[in-house]
Amino acid sequence: MAQAFTPGLQILSNTLVRRIRELPLTGEVDVKVGEMVSSDTIVLRAALPGDLVLVRGPEELGVDAEEFQQLLKVEEGQQIAEGALIAEFRAFFGLLHSVLRSPASGTIEFIAPRTGHIGIRRPPRPMAVKAYVSGKVVAVDKGRSVTVETPAALIQGIFGVGGERVGTLRMLRIEPDAEISPDDIPTDCSGCILVGGARPTIESLRKAAAQGAKGLVTASIDDQCLKSYLGYDLGIALTGDEDVPMTVVITEGFGRLPMSPRVLEVLRQLDGRAASMSGVTQVRAGAVRPELVVPREADGSSRASQEPLVLKEGSRVRLIRFPYFGLFADVLSLPSKPERIATGAVTRVLRARLADGKVITVPRANVELVG
Amino acid sequence: MHTNPQDLHVVLVTDCGSTTTKALLFERTAAGWRQTYRGEAPTTVEEPVADVTVGALNAFQEVQELSGRTILKSQSNGSHPFVLAHGAKPHGINLYLSTSSAGGGLQMMVGGLVSQMSAESAQRAALGAGAIVLDTLAADDGREDHERVERIRHLRPDIVLLTGGVDGGAKEQVIELAELLLAASPRPRFGDTLRLPVIYAGNRDAAEEVNALLSRVAEVSVVPNVRPEIGREELGPARHAIHEFFLSHVMSHSPGYGKLLSWSPVPVMPTPAAVGDIVHAHAKRTGLNILCADIGGATTDVFSVFRDPQGEQIFNRTVSANLGMSYSVANVLVEAGIDNIARWLHFECTPQELRDRLRNKMIRPTSIPQSLEDLWIEQAVCREALRLSLSHHRSLAVGLSGVQRQRGIADIFSQQENRESLVDMLKLDLVIGSGGVLSHAPERLSAALMMLDGFELAGLTELAVDSIFMMPHLGVFASLDADAAQEIFEHDCLISICHTVVPVYRGTPRELCEVRFDGHVVGVVMADEVRRIDIPPYRKGEIELLPLQRTVDVGAGPGTPLKKEIRSGQEGFLFDGRNRPLYHPVERAHRMTRQTATMQALGLHSGE
Repeated sequence: MAQAFTPGLQILSNTLVRRIRELPLTGEVDVKVGEMVSSDTIVLRAALPGDLVLVRGPEELGVDAEEFQQLLKVEEGQQIAEGALIAEFRAFFGLLHSVLRSPASGTIEFIAPRTGHIGIRRPPRPMAVKAYVSGKVVAVDKGRSVTVETPAALIQGIFGVGGERVGTLRMLRIEPDAEISPDDIPTDCSGCILVGGARPTIESLRKAAAQGAKGLVTASIDDQCLKSYLGYDLGIALTGDEDVPMTVVITEGFGRLPMSPRVLEVLRQLDGRAASMSGVTQVRAGAVRPELVVPREADGSSRASQEPLVLKEGSRVRLIRFPYFGLFADVLSLPSKPERIATGAVTRVLRARLADGKVITVPRANVELVG
Repeated sequence: MHTNPQDLHVVLVTDCGSTTTKALLFERTAAGWRQTYRGEAPTTVEEPVADVTVGALNAFQEVQELSGRTILKSQSNGSHPFVLAHGAKPHGINLYLSTSSAGGGLQMMVGGLVSQMSAESAQRAALGAGAIVLDTLAADDGREDHERVERIRHLRPDIVLLTGGVDGGAKEQVIELAELLLAASPRPRFGDTLRLPVIYAGNRDAAEEVNALLSRVAEVSVVPNVRPEIGREELGPARHAIHEFFLSHVMSHSPGYGKLLSWSPVPVMPTPAAVGDIVHAHAKRTGLNILCADIGGATTDVFSVFRDPQGEQIFNRTVSANLGMSYSVANVLVEAGIDNIARWLHFECTPQELRDRLRNKMIRPTSIPQSLEDLWIEQAVCREALRLSLSHHRSLAVGLSGVQRQRGIADIFSQQENRESLVDMLKLDLVIGSGGVLSHAPERLSAALMMLDGFELAGLTELAVDSIFMMPHLGVFASLDADAAQEIFEHDCLISICHTVVPVYRGTPRELCEVRFDGHVVGVVMADEVRRIDIPPYRKGEIELLPLQRTVDVGAGPGTPLKKEIRSGQEGFLFDGRNRPLYHPVERAHRMTRQTATMQALGLHSGE
């Protein structure tokens, strides 16, 4: 049977999720292999190098660099407190007197001989990395990373904004294809990850954020609404560090699209459960998609999804280009030879049956497996 | 493996791109050097495979299957996986070469003292070496020290190029720039245990102190000044140092590249550097003024070779890092604006619908147009990406401030004329389009129309496309055998579509210019009209453009005829009587009618 690799989003009600938590530089690991952690447990710590403050001494005192070296009261490697004396200038029997004091506490890293400029390194700043998902520590890379594993439901979105958030899943009382209005946002949604509906209005996003919701998982969004929410027009799908009060993940795309039945079916079973979500999206080679991870009880039935995403006869696919955008179909065959399509391009195609029974031919590049 | 051109008969070349690794086979045949077979496979530099050679081997396998030539050893042993050919035997290869832009390509930050002098030269050196310039720091860039330090820290470039000052000039400001770099102590993109490579190519008198300062946090290489004198630019040594660091600090630490590098006796080149080399070589060989645009999914590279006022051929490259047809498609929307994209459409599409379609392409970048409407939308985006990237290119492809002027420094700073772009559309001879949207356009003339509209070509210009994105492969091959690479370039790579005749004029003349080919009148270019003139393909002859009004310029000056020896392309001549700059009617219906008329005049599918 013909088959091909194709992109797809994972929609799994019971899988084994592993998330690697990493430090950007060498640091310390706070947990051990086998330890159970919750999503807000700090698992890694590191000290980020402090900022370097540049002091233009000669310019400050109005002397040349050579003369400045004679006025210095400090030396390289010395610790210095904010306000401490760096250099002192006296002339005309003390009638002219000016001093240069340190603008910051830290260590004097260098005194440049040519310019007389001084670099003061502020003390290191601590940083911490949380577990993100509740689960068991299954691997530790000393000083670098921790791997946390949990049986969970996993729903990958197609696009998101905002970083990692943790909350309680709450289904909106709304039809899958209904646009989310402010009236659909419950007033008591603080700490919740809201789920359902489509194409929220900007007012509904703002209301949800104002009520303290942690996130929203919905089917689709209007790009002007996204622009209003972010405060700018997004050019590249490289997201996750936006300064937004609530993470938003969409499962289908831009426009007026309802949530797929498969996603809804999985999400409905999870209402009221604690979940972790991330809006991080990177649409390039090694793509990162936003996600919702809902840990479940360990009963030994969860298995990591090892199967590559393979397109074959019988596969269920989502069509991702006009004129069939958003529809679902079942693959009937995968012809091996490229065929000419409506644009005149010659490309590899597949034949599939839509829900209404119509058989269509579409480029293989224009389908997504529904996992 | 052989590296002597006389010993080469079969050469396998890959370009490891961000998403696809393309392998081509070049063979010496009875008719000369030809590109014979092509294979491709997804690039595997990212997780979960994280080894670029896996994708390369898959691409070799496809070439092997298609060609019937045994290329790969049955068992992997030794320093490379290839069966070596001896002479012109039907098995094996003589040499393997590669270019690479995987992992986002080579990303650099450059710095200099004056934005329009040393900093600009630094940009040109980095771009010419095939890099994406993440940011350009200059003492006069209007930023505060702390802003510059934050920016340097945030960027995480692969390499930093620091320039500034003329040789023998003042040193203090250059050293201050080095202090800023020290203050930021940037970390390289790959491997946090590595020291960031910094190339110093500024005032030679400051080199020792800059080296001493920066060696605390970086691996410093000191090379000759990119701007030893105000009016002289020497980019070669800096470019060479960039290439050295690219191999030792970027390539060798990318997944699998250590192995890939060991397969070839010739260093891997950054893809854009290889494309630039083959374009530059073609310009040198033919004496033509050339503009080449490679419009990819994420970025658009523009290369040009134009003569400066002294008659010297000047090569320039720019990369518009966020103008592209898939990953960056929504950024074209943001930068160009919805109205500028919609103005190229000849059918009804609401702004909302257009935005949704482009946003959905952004999040599903590997999908392809399946309907004519989607195809036309992508072609509209292409026109805008070309327009914006050319505008960017013009701003950097300028004459050197102060060059060849025997005057005082104050005069040099006031020389506005030297800031004029070298890119003169009336003097442009050849445009080469590359990238899927142009190379694989279902109708070649639609690729020509995209370039004609996007670049607003003027005068007499030949339009061509790179048949299957072969220029990177030929660029690296040219480093060994320039003649063979040029032969393949002209025979298999460059597909000449047509010659465009675009008079520019003042007033409202009706008949603009008469066009003769081989002594015969083939037509008259009429104002506001676009049409195609059928000419037998690949016929050599003299084209003559005879302005019919004194206000009409066809490239030789107002009212002056132009003659040129040419070889016709596949689609003959394309007359464009729309004046420059292009006028777009305000009313949508009028605009759509005009677009439809243009497409129909060229025989393009317009859906009507």
